[in-house]
Amino acid sequence: MSTLVEAYRCPGCGYTYVPAQGAAHEGFAPGTPWSAIPEDWACPDCAVREKPDFIAIPDANQASPRAV
Amino acid sequence: MSIQVLSAEGLKVTYTDRRRWLWSLSLVWPLMPVAACWLAASSGQAAWFWATLAVWYLVVPVLDHLLPMDASNPPPEVVPQLEEDRYYRVLTYLTVPIHYITLCYTAFVVGTQHLPWHALLGLALSVGVVNGLAINTGHELGHKNTKLERWLAKIVLAVVGYGHFFIEHNRGHHVDVATPQDPASAKMGQSIYGFACSEIPGAIRRAWASEKTRLARRGQGPWTLANEVLQPLLITLVLYAGLLYTFGWIMVPFLFLQAFWGWFGILTSANYIEHYGLLRQKLENGRYERCQPHHSWNSNHVMSNVILFNLQRHSDHHAYPMRRYQSLRSFQKLPELPSGYPLMFGIALIPPLWFALMDPRVVAWADGDFSKLNVLPTMRERLVRRHARGHTA
Repeated sequence: MSTLVEAYRCPGCGYTYVPAQGAAHEGFAPGTPWSAIPEDWACPDCAVREKPDFIAIPDANQASPRAV
Repeated sequence: MSIQVLSAEGLKVTYTDRRRWLWSLSLVWPLMPVAACWLAASSGQAAWFWATLAVWYLVVPVLDHLLPMDASNPPPEVVPQLEEDRYYRVLTYLTVPIHYITLCYTAFVVGTQHLPWHALLGLALSVGVVNGLAINTGHELGHKNTKLERWLAKIVLAVVGYGHFFIEHNRGHHVDVATPQDPASAKMGQSIYGFACSEIPGAIRRAWASEKTRLARRGQGPWTLANEVLQPLLITLVLYAGLLYTFGWIMVPFLFLQAFWGWFGILTSANYIEHYGLLRQKLENGRYERCQPHHSWNSNHVMSNVILFNLQRHSDHHAYPMRRYQSLRSFQKLPELPSGYPLMFGIALIPPLWFALMDPRVVAWADGDFSKLNVLPTMRERLVRRHARGHTA
């Protein structure tokens, strides 16, 4: 069984999308799966990278600190 | 004041920001039109109303070229501490009310004194220049992810009626930068006037569309107070209506001129020169390559960088938009502007001069390969012919 992927991180700035939490400001309700995020959605913090650039991380708690 | 940290190898790294106290001048620039009003009143010389423009377009460029260029960077080890130093961000916060003071005070002068038309024009354009700097402060603040800074960004942008920049710049320009799709990236062969005709309406359209999409995901229509384009617009409407009510119809030309020069004279001008002719390549999957440092023009001129919160270190800004101004870096072998923004803005207003100065630099940057450049389609053939001759060396 594959590892459950719980979070997705922007490789540019470290912003992390956790499906379980969603992103209220962006209009993603808690539980919105990654597959439901639009392909052209850009990182809401840096806007340098878009959804296809995000890196799947198995555990949101292991997200590295925000890059600057 | 210096920062000392230990590197990964256990070596002591010390960094002193030589410009630390110079940054505090950011509190003084926006007050220049206020000082000009006092000087005009005490000397009886209306020419003072033009002083801010003279400082911006003449004095700052001269200082830029007299002072040695500063290409120094903070060592990477000290950056986290430098970013956390509250002094730098407090300066950006404090400029916000200062912009309001300047607008209201100059409106008071215009509304209560019978200024001749040329004094009104000079003063309104002067306020336009410093309110263009309000957009610059809004830019610095709007890239941060704290609630306070994001609200301050909207408030300071509202002073010049350009609140939609908060959405347009981050969600639009940063995503599409240096592509033909971006109305805020200039194409080679495009004059600033042609550019403004697509950039100004394009910014409004893109900001509105972006908020409409976001709000639709939340199950809301665009006409809501949650709309971050409407929030600053409401502040602007209240502010301008208040000034109009207090000081009468003379506010109409005054507010129009200052907003016009803040929008066109500063912001459109900055957008025009920041990526002129530079192009991101389209990848096989149909997406554009990531924005690279060589997709922005840069300048290490000290005086203008101090006024503009290091905006001229533009490549690093596009690579790391959330980096605070004090830690933006300069890199070698990047597209370099021959002068700081203020003089380049002035040159851009005279298209033949701009093309003569910049087009050879753009072509040299691409080594004569026009496929690497963002060129105005209607001008492409003519520009290729013209620069093929000049680029045989």
